[in-house]
Amino acid sequence: MTERILIQGGRIIDPAAGRDAVGDLLIEEGVIREIGPRLSVKGSCQKIDAAGKLVVPGLIDLHSHLREPGFEYKETVATATAAAAAGGFTTICAMPNTNPINDNQSVTEFILERAKAEGKVHVLPVGAITKGSKGEELAEIGELVAAGCVALSDDGRPVMNSELMRRAMEYAKIFDVPVIDHCEDLNLSAGGVMFEGEVSTALGLKGIPAASETVMVARDIALAELTGAKVHLAHISCGGSVHLIREAKRRGIAVTAETCPHYFTLTDDRVRGFDANAKMKPPLATRRDLEEIRAGLADGTIDAIATDHAPHAAQEKECEIDHAPFGIIGLETAFSLSLMLVEEGLLTLPALIQKMTENPARIIGKKIGQLGIGDRADVTLIDPAAEWVVDAGHFKSKSKNSPFIGWKMKGRIAGIVLSGVWKSADAEAGR
Amino acid sequence: MGLKRKDILAIAEMEKEEIELILQTAESFKEVSTREIKKVPTLRGKTVVNLFFEPSTRTRTSFELAAKRLSADVINISTSSSSVVKGETLLDTARNIEAMQSDIIILRHASSGAPYILARALRSAVINAGDGSHEHPSQGLLDLYTIKEKKGGIQGLKVVIVGDVLHSRVARSDIHGLKKLGAEVHLAGPPTMIPLGIEQWGVKVHYRLEEAIAGADVIILLRLQLERQGKGYLPTLREYAQLYGLNSKRVALANNGVLVMHPGPINRGVEVTPEVADGLSSVILEQVTNGVAVRMALLYLLSGEKS
Ligand SMILES: [Zn+2]
Ligand SMILES: [Zn+2]
Repeated sequence: MTERILIQGGRIIDPAAGRDAVGDLLIEEGVIREIGPRLSVKGSCQKIDAAGKLVVPGLIDLHSHLREPGFEYKETVATATAAAAAGGFTTICAMPNTNPINDNQSVTEFILERAKAEGKVHVLPVGAITKGSKGEELAEIGELVAAGCVALSDDGRPVMNSELMRRAMEYAKIFDVPVIDHCEDLNLSAGGVMFEGEVSTALGLKGIPAASETVMVARDIALAELTGAKVHLAHISCGGSVHLIREAKRRGIAVTAETCPHYFTLTDDRVRGFDANAKMKPPLATRRDLEEIRAGLADGTIDAIATDHAPHAAQEKECEIDHAPFGIIGLETAFSLSLMLVEEGLLTLPALIQKMTENPARIIGKKIGQLGIGDRADVTLIDPAAEWVVDAGHFKSKSKNSPFIGWKMKGRIAGIVLSGVWKSADAEAGR
Repeated sequence: MGLKRKDILAIAEMEKEEIELILQTAESFKEVSTREIKKVPTLRGKTVVNLFFEPSTRTRTSFELAAKRLSADVINISTSSSSVVKGETLLDTARNIEAMQSDIIILRHASSGAPYILARALRSAVINAGDGSHEHPSQGLLDLYTIKEKKGGIQGLKVVIVGDVLHSRVARSDIHGLKKLGAEVHLAGPPTMIPLGIEQWGVKVHYRLEEAIAGADVIILLRLQLERQGKGYLPTLREYAQLYGLNSKRVALANNGVLVMHPGPINRGVEVTPEVADGLSSVILEQVTNGVAVRMALLYLLSGEKS
């Protein structure tokens, strides 16, 4: 381990500090020691030339599925964190829908031990809201938080029972952790495999109406208002939800929201040809929804960009779309897809970085995602001009279920500093 | 003369000229079925596989007869979809079949898009014999053939499709084919069975059957899956029959010489009263006869392209 790292001449963007300037950044003993236009360092020091590159807080993903324990054939803590590192993330939140479900201390501890032993980035577990995520009884939330869970979610499923959701929100207030809801009305979405609209009609596939998401978003907002708890809405996909959240925020309700790159990049048209790599939940919606999601990102209605990284093995996706599981991987393409929002003038670069660092950190109440003096040195270096082509063979993720394979993208991750240790992307890729 | 494509998956993807070529070819094959020896050597040495993951005696027999009249070797494989939960099984089954040197695979499957998986992976030509609620192109083509034969043409006709459009692959194939050939297409059915956004296809939607039928030249009735009642689509079959069942009184609202069609099998007394189903306007049995000729045309055109 190198004691000191000097990152030189990069564009340092730290939204939490309002910083956006070219300069140097010195890391010592795992923490950020100094930032300045030009730092002179005496003694031995690893120097990283960051000229032309972005130097930003390590990216944070609020929403990843690591699949371990239980589904190691899809992904493991080791492969998911390798994918995260390749995508510029230094911290990822692990959703609890493993097998067993992360609804008790021993599973949380297992994930944390795995992460410590072979993780390439920091892993923050999310505990289940209800036992077995069955939506029937509250999990032992206090114990989960004590073991290291930073949020609660039954992701993969909503908590359909509104009374139980109310109690979960109230109870979560003791520990000041957010309740993350997967907004879906299971009756409205039953049997659906894609967004309900002209494309589902053309393909003869059972549709999921936009209302499946919006009725739950509306409910969660009402419950957030009732309980005063921190409520975070996962993977927002349609325009109706953006309207509801915007209005709720205007009224001062403590609700936050995330969307994923696919929802501001693809529409339900991508399902034509019956490609199961376009099957996800919530489903890809219409062009109009996509525009509303972008508008919600631009005006701050949507706080964070998360990946909903959901690995599935090839044979599970190479089949009838009815039988294929929902979800796509996302850790390795998230930043480049999000950078398009900057290229298109929708977000400034600092605003984008904020949605992938400061805001996710604020949502889970962790003092990360910033480059303050004395902060743990988690830093991401990005070459914003470099172009690359998404190649399934280069994914670090164990699964390859991406609808973006073959896409040409801008913005290559040059590497990360994780707790003060520099990991060059080229070295990790064996280039 | 062959087709420009390897597979027949959906009428939505076909050019008007391709549809016309298929209908013309079917016309010449219809004559074969009237001969004393109903067989031509066109597909001698070719292997046609009927791969049915969903039971359908009618469609399977029609394809089988079509292939045999062209002197092809025919293999029938029926598997229930319920025993095939994993998609790899579909591909594996198909790859095994292709390893037996199949030339054309006819696939019937409960999942929309299933034939696309085969078409992408296999060298054999694939004919979609009905996939989920997506399309049933050979049925659509035989409907077009029947209308053209009886009416002399399709351009400008008012065609009404009645019933469960939401779940009907026949309706989708019919609508695409009819629109491409210039018909005016109207749909009639309960709103629970009219799919979202279908108006964007240039069809007119009615919730009242009488209003739709007025001035119609053709009425295509869709088969109602009886288990739809009680699932929120319909209160009772009795009420459906009252609102959307075709009877003589309603037929009288249509133009003189109206054709009544149905892809079969009919639920008598639900979609249509017996006197209409067996009446002068009904061309339901002719659809069955024409089905063989249209399927001969498809097999011939697909194999011709390959040789
Ligand atoms: Zn979810
Ligand atoms: Zn998820």
